[in-house]
This record gives sequence, structure tokens and C-alpha cells, in this order.
Amino acid sequence: MLPTLNGRIQTRIFLLAIVGGIWTLIISPVLPGLGGAGIGEIYRMTFTVLVTTIVLGIGWELIYHFIQQFRWEKDWPTLFGLITVLNEGALVWLLLRLGIVPGLPDGVPLPAFLILFATTWIIVWIIANGPMRVPFIHWRFRGGRLV
Amino acid sequence: MREETIQLPGAGRAYRPDPSGAPQPGDLTPELIETDWWSDDAVARAGIPVVDVPFVSVGGGIGSFVTVDYLRICGVPTSAIKVLTQLEHPWESYEYLTRVSQIPRKERLRSDSASCPDNIWGFPSYAVREAFADKSFRSLWQVLVEPIFADYYTPKAGHAFETMEKEYRRISYPETVVKGQVRMVRRRIGGGYYTILTPPEKSSRTRRIAYRSKYVHIAVGYPGLKFLPDLQEYRERHRDYGSVVNAYEPHEQIYQRLHAAPGTVLVRGGGIVASRVLQRLIDDRDARGLQTQILHVFRTFVTGSHGPNIWMRRRGGDGWAYQGFNYPKSVWGGQLKARVRKLEGKDRADLYKVFGGTNTPIRRNWQEQMRRGRREGWYRPFQGEIIAMEPHGSGQVRVELKTEHGPQHVTVIGVVDCTGLEADISEHRVLDDLLQHGGAGRNPVDRLDVDRTFEVRGTRSEPGRMYASGTATLGGYFPGVDTFLGLQIAAQEIADDLTRQKFCRRLGPLRSTSQWWKWARGKQI
Repeated sequence: MLPTLNGRIQTRIFLLAIVGGIWTLIISPVLPGLGGAGIGEIYRMTFTVLVTTIVLGIGWELIYHFIQQFRWEKDWPTLFGLITVLNEGALVWLLLRLGIVPGLPDGVPLPAFLILFATTWIIVWIIANGPMRVPFIHWRFRGGRLV
Repeated sequence: MREETIQLPGAGRAYRPDPSGAPQPGDLTPELIETDWWSDDAVARAGIPVVDVPFVSVGGGIGSFVTVDYLRICGVPTSAIKVLTQLEHPWESYEYLTRVSQIPRKERLRSDSASCPDNIWGFPSYAVREAFADKSFRSLWQVLVEPIFADYYTPKAGHAFETMEKEYRRISYPETVVKGQVRMVRRRIGGGYYTILTPPEKSSRTRRIAYRSKYVHIAVGYPGLKFLPDLQEYRERHRDYGSVVNAYEPHEQIYQRLHAAPGTVLVRGGGIVASRVLQRLIDDRDARGLQTQILHVFRTFVTGSHGPNIWMRRRGGDGWAYQGFNYPKSVWGGQLKARVRKLEGKDRADLYKVFGGTNTPIRRNWQEQMRRGRREGWYRPFQGEIIAMEPHGSGQVRVELKTEHGPQHVTVIGVVDCTGLEADISEHRVLDDLLQHGGAGRNPVDRLDVDRTFEVRGTRSEPGRMYASGTATLGGYFPGVDTFLGLQIAAQEIADDLTRQKFCRRLGPLRSTSQWWKWARGKQI
């Protein structure tokens, strides 16, 4: 990908909110280890994770943009877009464990978190690396900006 | 007359009037030649037949093709488009250049996986399509880990040509093609343009045909590739055209001489073509057990990372400046594209200089070959310049070089010059006429000045517009014009502008998706 900072942030919010949102709706009821919780409670928990990822992600994008400046090509290799699941996932998990994410009464079981976070990430990453260009034909030439 | 320019398929030769001086029916008149704006009456008086069509594209190479592809996808019928060209098909000239510079169809181009002239969406990319065709994950793995753990994936030349041909048929491109040589484009009093075509001999009752259109698109490719003066002088003085060659002309004889007998060859230049020629020499050496010695002269010998500051440093070493593609990747959509778009005049020209300069991709197989050659002593790169060349018996050439260690003399069986000068835009007859009579001007790097929409500045003939794309427009608000993706970016800007003129349909998310679905099914449009 060849994002500008503005494009990075717009793409992240759009894809995580729309694609990530739909995926979270689908996968939440079948996540393991949440047997005792009602569906409303599960959705509250999974969407809190999603919103946390989006909000923290804006900060991460500033860091990635800074790292990009050291690259002659000013690009963001496909692999970087995938492996940043590790640092971003770890930070979200850490904040959840520390209980400083608002709106989340109880902890999230680790297996459920891992499945939710990793699958959402991979779907968003795949879409950003190809299918996104089908409806949004200007997107790739505008550094990832949608507006 | 000196033949200074490498001949390309379809390239326009200079206009030469009929030596007999006899007037031919339907030819240009002095009145037309001298006036910048033409009236319908003046064209009628000259007896030149007029064909009305809304959109004319001049050139017929890949620039015309991707623009027409975009317009067809935006709903423009073939009847509204005429492509005026001397080429048999859009990739003819490009394929010629790649083939002679040692990229036959089975070898790989220097182009990104998602730069697909046959597919305006770039999805699925070449790597994905190659993976499906070969039933192998190899190309997918390469795009996943490039450029960190693998070289940049690049498509095979043949793959690009075959897929372009498929799209060429799908969009009914041949219906738009008119063969002939374009002489000039002039503005029309009352709006739009006249494009004057010289049809092939005996194919028309008149010497010229005028295409009257609201829109004109100029995509004439390289104005010309020139031989360097020293190469030119050697060939003319000694009448030896086979030993000192430019890599963009057929030069198979050099390789054949090395097959027949061991010899030394001198390669000049630090770009991708030099890399390809070295690969060919070393592949032949390995495959046939040859004893070829390779001398490689760089005018600028790069020894490491270089650039103005820590934020703009390009890798380099062993003589080369390394870069994956012709430009830093972000000129096609990222930070550099956004930055150049805002720059004017000298600031723009200066930034072009920073990311310009000769460079080549760092590819693992090339690095291995050169390392082996340096270690075993049969590949010797050095900084220097050629001072003089003269024949030296039995078909050899004696070359005098100026190097950092003083003058040197070497005797070689051939010199392959992998540098080249692009001719000035005024050496192309259509571009020159636009500068002289069409109102066009030059940009900060002296090429054709185009706006952000790729409209040629100064040429507007309301309500008509003239656009240009390709290498003639280098130096504009978008840098990567002379690349597959650059041509598509130009096509998108042109189509967007034409959408505002209500010439074609807007490519919003719904239309884009439905058109992509047609593309994916190979449905003819």
C-alpha cells in the first residue's frame, strides 16, 4: 500500500467500522468461552474491542507514518500491514486486562479475543490489498483517502 | 542526414513534402500550415475530407489503449472514439523495446503486480492471476514478503501482453483504430480540434483526412531515443554499426560473437537495461561455458546509500543506485504523489531531480551473478568515461577510457551502450506543431505542460479539451507518467474531467463494481 497519513486513518476507520463491524456481528455469537453471557453482553464486549482497536489505531498510524519516512519508497509493504496485528493486538489486550477500557465490565477470555482480533484483522487486510479497489477505483491513487 | 535516433515501430518521421512539388488532392495548403486556428471553410477549400468524431486519441500505443479502456468502461461507445496510429497493436512499440533490451516474453518486466494495463482496478493483480494459472503459491508468497524477504514481484512480459490483448478484444478496441500517420492537431474556430491524418498510400483518394473532434488525446510515446554522440561518431566514421551498439537496437550479433569465440565486452550504463544486458551475458556464460570477460563502466559510480537527507536516502552500492521501480513507489498514489501535486516550477523540477537519476532494482539473482563475476575476476565494474573508440583489427574495438585511476585502454569485441538520451519533445512532429501552433508550452523539466487533469495547458478550444499522457508529459504534477500505472492514473484523471464535461459516465462504486464483474467474466463491452 502507498498510503498518506490522511489516507491511512480514513481507510482504517472505514474498513474496521464497516467490514470489521459486519464480521464482528457474524462471529460474536460463536466465539468460545462466552457461554454464560447473553447476546447483548457479548456484542457489547466485542464491539468495545473493535472500537478500541479503531481509536488506538489512529495513534498507531501516526507511528507507522513516521516509520514510513525512513523508507526511500515511502511505501508500506503488504507484510507490515499484516504483522502489525501483533503489536496492536497486544496493546488492546493489555488495556483490556488492566481494565482501563471504558464500557467493559468483565474481562474478555483470551481465546475469544484472539479469534475475534485475528480474523477481523486478516479480513480487513485482505480487502485493503485488492478488493477495496473494485468499488473505490480512485482510492489507491489518492493515498488511501476515501473523501 | 545523420540518423541520430533509434527507430521505433510507428514513430513519426519528419515531414517531407513531395519532392516533385506536384500538388496532391486534399493536401495541406500554405493557409492551413500557417494558421493556428482553422475554420471549417479553410479545411473545405483545401479539399480535405472531414470525419466527425467526439474523441480522437493520437498515438495508439499503451497510452491510447488504457485511456480508451477507461472511457469504454465509463460507457463511451466505440463509435465516439477514433485512435489514429501506425501501430499494428497497442503494445507493438513497447514489446519491441523490451525485446531488444533483453526482456523477451518469458522474462519479467520492471512493473508492480497491481500495475495492470488490462485491468483498471489492478485487482486481481498479476501475482494473484499467476498463482491461479500456475496453481502455485510462489507469486503470492513473493508479494506478501516483498521487498523485505524477497525481490519485488514483477510480471512476465508475455503475461502483460497476453492480458492486454484479451482486454483489447473485450472492449472492441480494433473498432476504434484508424491506420495512418498524424501530421498535426490544430484548434478549430467554433470549438474543438482538427487532427490531420496522412493515411497509408493508396488507401484514400486524398493525401490527408481531417478528424474534427471535441476532444483530443495525445499519447505519442517517446519523441525518440537518441544515440550518444561518441557512439554516433564511431559508427559514422568507421562505418561499423555492429560492434558499438545501443541496447535499444537489435544487437544479437554481440552475443553471437561471444558464442563463437571468447572475448571481452564493454557495457556502459547503470540502469535496468545494463542489468538486463549483464544478465544475458552471464546467463550465456553459465549456460554455454563461455569465457566472456565483462568490463562495466559507470559514469557515476555509486558506493552506498545516497540522498539529500536522512528522510530521502536511496540504497546503492557496487556502482548502482537501487530502486524497485522507475520511481519511488509512493509516486503512484502515496506521499510523493501528494507532494508533487502541490509543487510548482523549480521546486517541482528539484524534487524530480532527487528521485530521478539512473537506477536499477536490486534483484537477488543479479547480485549473485555480479558477486561471482567480481570474485572470479571476469566482471569488472569501474567509474569512467569513454574518451575515444577506434577499430582494432579482426572486428575488435579499442576503447580509450578516462577513469579515476587515470587513462586506460581496453580492446573489446563490442561495446553495448545502455544509456540513452531521450530526444526533446520538439523532435516529434505532432508535439512540435503543438508548441508552434497549438498554444502548448513546456513544464519545469521542458516537456509538455499539462494540468492536474492532464489537459495540455494553453490548448483549450472551448468547449473542447486536449489531453496528453505518457512520457511527453514528464515533469508535471504527477511524476510516474511513463509507466503502466502512470498511464492509468492519467486515464483516470482524463476520464474524471470528461465526466465533468458529461462526455462519459461517472465511475462511482456501483458502476465500478458492475464493470469489474463484466471484466472478471470476460464479457465484451
